[in-house]
Amino acid sequence: MSDTHAQTVTYVRDTMLPQAAPPSTAQGPVKWLRESLFSSIPYTILTIAALYVIYVLLSGFLPWLLGGVWTTSNIRECREVLDGAAGGCFSVLAERWNQLLFGISYPQDGYWRPTLAFVLLFVAVAPVLFSNLPRQLLIVTALYPFIAFWLIWGGSLLVPVSALLSIVIGYVVYGKLVKTSFAAGLAGGVIAAAVVWFVLSMMTPSLSGVLALEEVASRNMGGFMLNMILGVVCVSLSLPLGILLALGRQSSLPIIKMICVVFIEFIRGVPLITLLFVANVVLAYFLPPGTSFDLILRVIIMITMFASAYIAEVIRGGLAALPRGQYEGAESLGLDYAQSMRLIILPQALKISIPGIVNVAVGLFKDTTLVSIISMFDLVGMIRGPILASTDWNGVYWELWGFAALLFFIVCYGISQYSQWLERQLQTDHH
Amino acid sequence: MAEQAKALQVSDEVAISIQGMNKWYGTFHVLRDIDLTVYRGERIVIAGPSGSGKSTLIRCINALEEHQKGLIEVDGTVLSSDVKNIDKIRSEVGMCFQHFNLFPHLTILENCTLAPIWVRKTPKKEAEEIAMHFLEKVKIPDQADKYPGQLSGGQQQRVAIARSLCMRPRIMLFDEPTSALDPEMIKEVLDTMVELAEEGMTMLCVTHEMGFARQVANRVIFMDEGQIVEQNEPEEFFNNPQSPRTQLFLSQILGH
Repeated sequence: MSDTHAQTVTYVRDTMLPQAAPPSTAQGPVKWLRESLFSSIPYTILTIAALYVIYVLLSGFLPWLLGGVWTTSNIRECREVLDGAAGGCFSVLAERWNQLLFGISYPQDGYWRPTLAFVLLFVAVAPVLFSNLPRQLLIVTALYPFIAFWLIWGGSLLVPVSALLSIVIGYVVYGKLVKTSFAAGLAGGVIAAAVVWFVLSMMTPSLSGVLALEEVASRNMGGFMLNMILGVVCVSLSLPLGILLALGRQSSLPIIKMICVVFIEFIRGVPLITLLFVANVVLAYFLPPGTSFDLILRVIIMITMFASAYIAEVIRGGLAALPRGQYEGAESLGLDYAQSMRLIILPQALKISIPGIVNVAVGLFKDTTLVSIISMFDLVGMIRGPILASTDWNGVYWELWGFAALLFFIVCYGISQYSQWLERQLQTDHH
Repeated sequence: MAEQAKALQVSDEVAISIQGMNKWYGTFHVLRDIDLTVYRGERIVIAGPSGSGKSTLIRCINALEEHQKGLIEVDGTVLSSDVKNIDKIRSEVGMCFQHFNLFPHLTILENCTLAPIWVRKTPKKEAEEIAMHFLEKVKIPDQADKYPGQLSGGQQQRVAIARSLCMRPRIMLFDEPTSALDPEMIKEVLDTMVELAEEGMTMLCVTHEMGFARQVANRVIFMDEGQIVEQNEPEEFFNNPQSPRTQLFLSQILGH
């Protein structure tokens, strides 16, 4: 370039001028303040008004929060200590801490068990959420449901171990038979698992003392622990079920398609609370007399069905958003249906569906508080029932509900932040 | 017409044989009585106005579209509705699409190794070597770790060709491979296709690139309204078209 210019122009600069800093009014905090807060007179008025509102809110809230009482044993003592000064009666949280977390009748010397299960949850979930962690950690994830069940419900370790064993054997049989046909593999696997489970459950009662923790019945579960159990189990079950329903709804086999459509439309058309009442009361009429079907299990089934119907519709949206060419690209390479779904279609459809799935998951987690209506003592049930009804703490609303809101907010905000991070991770264009 | 085709054949081995094939979209008759025999090593260009059924024809060969009547035989395997049979034919027949259809969530290398690993059960290391070999062939080995969204259209189409080649297909189908590209990118894709043709790949190519047809094809097929109207070697086809419909078509696309 410079050669050509040399013929026609007398002077060509061959070095850049040193860069000058922009004026101080056009950079840094000054610029930000001018542009964002005081760019015009109406904006300035709005800024000042907003600052005043924030001041009023904080000047009411902060003394209440910071001047609160933590050590009294009932609300009357709180009032005496505070003596008219602003301040929350947070003693209720300190005194009823264990009840808020574990419910009213979980054995006191066993609080370490759900706590340990809670800590292990992070280890088990980490490799699923973060794909850069070593894949061997997935073994912990696979074992976690059995460990957590044993820790929380107690009883002999042999029960979850034999459940694990029958699933493993069922899977091995499935793997052997699936080469002949999928139906044979599925049937063989289920039958093998059932047989092993039956044989082992005949043997375990005689060994019920082996590695036994004190048994805790489902009706004794409560507090935030119950919300966490329901939330974690239902989210992790409803996602795969929702994927199957979404694929089923797209199926070219009319019977499968019809079953999925009817299931989704029916479940979506019914309020969750109705399903929970069905789980609590009505389901018992349909079961043979004398059979006791665990209440938590019934509730888990209902919430899972409810959430999976919603997730199925969210994923169906993701599937519909994929261009037809992706299916054809996968087909033209000779991938079979399962491979093209697993490797090509679902990774993309699920990525599109992340915001919707997270929406359902967050909603599901908060909906677990509805079990308080069918007289289970989850966090909300505990506050509404035993704590607020007691003479000691009658009337401590703000502190208790604020605490409940805070716990749910932490979990839901965490889920939301994770999903946004995941979306950025999965972005494959322009970076 | 059969004798005409016979005279053009480059080998005795039949790669694709289509007999009396018909296809309908609902009640719309898209393909009518298609008879076509493709011999091993042939480079066939299929031309025709839009809606004439050229894309549908080659999409029937690897069963992306279902035909309702007639017989399609690919490499000695009769195309039936059996899923295993279809998957087998698809793994032998490579296909390139107008819109590339690369998988945006996988890197270029993963796009190329996916089918060899999962369909051919090739070990990952070997599949990656094969992929790099073909990426070098299409002259973009340095993009292997990028994602399709970061490549230009021409590069994407070359990756799509490499992806098909990684399955070591015996036949390649091209469905308007340059129609979605900017003019300056068309050449790089056509060059890749010419190279492929020179190596003796059996190719069926739906395209509007008549220069490519002249240079590479040993047979040009003209389709209109779902029928094969005329087929001939390129020289004859362009200089001495027989049917009035071919003459009209050629005058329209070559006239300006």
